Amino acid sequence: MSATTSETNYHAGPDAVSAKTSRYRRVSKGRGNFELWSWVFMRGSGVLLLVLVFGHLFVNLMLGEGIHGVDFAFVAGKWASPFWQTWDLLMLWLAEVHGFNGVRTIINDYTEKDSTRWVLKGLLVASAVLVLVLGTLVIFTFDPCVDPSSTLSVCTGR
Amino acid sequence: MAQAANGTLYRGREGMWTWVAHRISGVLIFLFLFAHVLDTALVRVSPDAYNEVMSAYKNPVVGLAEAGLVAAVIFHALNGLRIIAVDFWAKGPRYQRQMFWAVAIGFVVLFAPFAIRHLTVVFTH
Repeated sequence: MSATTSETNYHAGPDAVSAKTSRYRRVSKGRGNFELWSWVFMRGSGVLLLVLVFGHLFVNLMLGEGIHGVDFAFVAGKWASPFWQTWDLLMLWLAEVHGFNGVRTIINDYTEKDSTRWVLKGLLVASAVLVLVLGTLVIFTFDPCVDPSSTLSVCTGR
Repeated sequence: MAQAANGTLYRGREGMWTWVAHRISGVLIFLFLFAHVLDTALVRVSPDAYNEVMSAYKNPVVGLAEAGLVAAVIFHALNGLRIIAVDFWAKGPRYQRQMFWAVAIGFVVLFAPFAIRHLTVVFTH
């Protein structure tokens, strides 16, 4: 390494700290702290998701009739409450972005060709946009009385 | 490869295999999330469309797959806490193996009651 420091430093940018004082290059490559914040986000969102997802599974699969109680009326009952709307919206966004970031890391780790990497990342971005847009719209535009002949109590009173 | 008196420090054994399992369980959960948001979106189509798809979730074969999915979620969550401890706790790296066994015990404690409850509902309804 020291043999090359007196010659052209091929990697360091114009702001590089002298290669003579350090054998490591601590110069920004222009991406800022993106990967650091991505790392922080995975841990922060992970802890929140533990609470949100365990709560979701407990209420939907353990209480009442478990999976057999889950139907349209069950969803209507939950989303009548802003509490569960907020819970599900937060869970949707945190889980999708956490999963997106995890799969992005896996694609970066295992793809060798640029073309493969960009195709997989394109599919990943498309799927994440679909899930976030569709999921958010469904939570905000949910109508328990979408069926005019509904017998749910919130609809018969109208 | 880093060497310790009793072999490698990290590769192989609990450290590497939990890393592999964390990736596999994460991808599995991410794929399910995609399907789960699409099936839930059917509530905007009609109650019948949603109820019909939900009846598939009550089928015993799918019920077993759900138990597998919940197992993946519990492992990913507990091992995620272990990763956070390795990163932020000064003694985390030294105790990563012991923490794997804590994850294993926590997994059994959480998954056993869930599996009993969920499979009872799925198979006796």
